[in-house]
Amino acid sequence: MSSASADARGGAVVTGLGVVAPTGIGVEAHWQAVLAGKSGIERITRFDPTPYPVRLAGEVPGFTAKERVPGRLIPQTDHWTHMALAAAEAALADAGAEPAGLPEYEMAVVTSSSSGGTEFGQHEMERLYTKGSSWVSAYQSIGWFYAATTGQVSIRHGMRGPCGVLCTEQAGGLDALGQARRLLRSDARLVVSGGTDASLCPYGLTAQLATGLLSTEQDPGRAYLPFDAAACGYLPGEGGAILVVERDSEDGYGVIAGYAAGFDPRPGSSRPPALRGVIERALADAGLTPRDVDVVFADAAGVPELDLTEARAVCEVFGDRGTPVTAPKTLTGRLYGGGAALDVATALLAIRDDVIPHTAGPTRLAAGCDIDLVLGEPRDTPVRNALVLARGHGGFAAAMVLSDINYRK
Amino acid sequence: MQEFTLEDLKQTLRAIAGQDEQVDLDGDIHDTPLADLGYDSLALLELASHLEKRYSVAIPDDAVHEMETPRAAIAYINARLAESAEAA
Repeated sequence: MSSASADARGGAVVTGLGVVAPTGIGVEAHWQAVLAGKSGIERITRFDPTPYPVRLAGEVPGFTAKERVPGRLIPQTDHWTHMALAAAEAALADAGAEPAGLPEYEMAVVTSSSSGGTEFGQHEMERLYTKGSSWVSAYQSIGWFYAATTGQVSIRHGMRGPCGVLCTEQAGGLDALGQARRLLRSDARLVVSGGTDASLCPYGLTAQLATGLLSTEQDPGRAYLPFDAAACGYLPGEGGAILVVERDSEDGYGVIAGYAAGFDPRPGSSRPPALRGVIERALADAGLTPRDVDVVFADAAGVPELDLTEARAVCEVFGDRGTPVTAPKTLTGRLYGGGAALDVATALLAIRDDVIPHTAGPTRLAAGCDIDLVLGEPRDTPVRNALVLARGHGGFAAAMVLSDINYRK
Repeated sequence: MQEFTLEDLKQTLRAIAGQDEQVDLDGDIHDTPLADLGYDSLALLELASHLEKRYSVAIPDDAVHEMETPRAAIAYINARLAESAEAA
């Protein structure tokens, strides 16, 4: 089914991708690692993780701010902003966009962030309690907070339209892109969106441990196994993806065809989790039926109860072992504000190359997870429409439909 | 009395606030506004805080308004150093 009418309000086309992830720096390095099932999960090196119950994570290999970030911004911003600045520059180059030649108020920046500049903040807090308040950097005032990445990207590229930041944990990447699409339907012509996150410091990891959802398994091959009978939590990672989204572009990786967000009922409520309704509303927004969807990129929490909730929602919409499901995030860990943005980038590459990347790790599905999880190797098949799911800790849920640009014409 | 020079200022700014690749700090920058050299009010606050600790002199936050160019900044800092030398 083709749904040309859905674009009458103006299509949001992803025209550029920038990836900085545990799977690699750059779109092709990431994509080749995903197709090869090459994991970026290793023992944490940014600090000594020995005293912590979680010692594995997805770190971005070989990222040096000095080579990729303007010198003036390095001491003023956190590692998470460094990665976003590098990814934004790559995405704009990939899109062939030249911001200097476009009206500054018609360009906007909307990113997601889950923990802000945690490492920067930890460093300054250490100075506060070991040396005193006059030793805290003036840049703490702008370096730590959630909108820092959006602001720095906006300043650097002269984008003065309606900018913002979404803080909905792992759902943030989709919510940011949903907001980007909303802006393209009003006065914006180009939005830099997506997100990164970096919380691999003692303070950041300790905050994450509080959820009780992280895996303490020490074997990298066994630690993050979503939908598997041996699922035991997830691993954290850093990085993400920045995307350039433009109104009515003739060319690009794909179209943001549908989006919906929701929030889970309070614990103990008799109402069902938000995910199923979010999927149905995103499909309706895209003008598609479940049969039109070629692949589902799962949220894949790796926590048995959350996996079961997601598998049930997917099966209720697509049928038992209906549409193929995958979760390449087992190669990176969950990237929080960067996670869903990276999933969207990966889904667009799946559409480009007509292949569903596999989920590395799981081997035996848990009871009740009756999904067609793509395992072992990538599956060659036409991919015209991909559905990306994301849930953020505390109840956030979002779904986004990406479509092949030719499919929407 | 120790004298604070342009070279000291450049080294300090590079260390605390980085350097804009588009800006040449090696030319004659005495009278170029620090803002044009890529150093905004936060950078000047950071500079003031750094110099206070390094030279044990008091530099109030308002002083950033008296340090809008390298020449003015150097003069201001040397005046504070002179005061502190007299007091000692």
